[in-house]
Amino acid sequence: MTHVYEVFRQERKGQPLQHAGSVTAPDERFAEIYAREQYGRRQESVALWLVPREAVSEVAGFPDEFEMKYRRVDGYSIKARLREARERAGTLQMAPGAGDE
Amino acid sequence: MSERTDRLLAIADDELILGWRNSEWTGIAPFLEEDVAFSSIAQNEIGHARALYELVAAELGTTADELAFDRRPDEYRCAPLVQLRRLEWARTIARHWLYETADEIRLEALRASDDPEVAGMAAKMDREEAYHRMHAEMWVDRLLAAESGRARLLEAVDELWPYALGVLDDELRPELRRRAEAKLGRALPDVEAVPRGVHEAELAELWEEMTIVRRSAPAGARW
Repeated sequence: MTHVYEVFRQERKGQPLQHAGSVTAPDERFAEIYAREQYGRRQESVALWLVPREAVSEVAGFPDEFEMKYRRVDGYSIKARLREARERAGTLQMAPGAGDE
Repeated sequence: MSERTDRLLAIADDELILGWRNSEWTGIAPFLEEDVAFSSIAQNEIGHARALYELVAAELGTTADELAFDRRPDEYRCAPLVQLRRLEWARTIARHWLYETADEIRLEALRASDDPEVAGMAAKMDREEAYHRMHAEMWVDRLLAAESGRARLLEAVDELWPYALGVLDDELRPELRRRAEAKLGRALPDVEAVPRGVHEAELAELWEEMTIVRRSAPAGARW
């Protein structure tokens, strides 16, 4: 009987722990050693976290029935809007970088 | 050769040959994670061998590579325990654990040495060996916990026990017995040690393979 443990590693102190991969092991003791050997033997980590996959709660479902593009980062082009606004204000020529899109 | 050199060379040879033997599992260990872990441990052992050969080489006016590869098989000082080819997992774990337990006792003695270079090297090696022991003990505990694993492990330990005793000098052997029996919860056979200086046929085979590149390249070849 084996379990999957998700491994998070921190490259340098102060940086966020990021998902590195996973190890399959019979228990946590094996998993710790395997994580150290897979993700720590080359001094590439200063900290490792192990999380049994069973402990991970998945958040599912991201409905977007009304296409609320304005809530998305890539929802609309700010460049185009900026240009329109500048044209209206008559400052197009003055804007730095304007016209070289 | 001084007693210090002789002692360091014996440990270096143990680490090199065991590292080589353990690396024979690379690619074929029972599962992927173990493959990586056991190979990494094998690389560590070879790193320890190199550090020790360098200490010896400085004293003898030679190099670590010459010590590792240019001696004849019967000049190696490694214990017969590490020479054996036992490509079977229970035996590999039994040897790994017996060796690490003996090595811990030996390193404790070396750390108390009044030679600061030797004591320092022993302390440095022990900081890595601690993880090898964790790995070995975790496997032993796991195998002891189930009937089939327990039977296979104990059979392998009994077979290797006279060889394990041979890793240590006479005066340290009772401590190895004490620690090993405490872990297994049972007595170990009362046997004669297979001492250092005995050369198993398997060592010559290993040597052939280990030195083939070295022997085929002209002296002074650069890589």
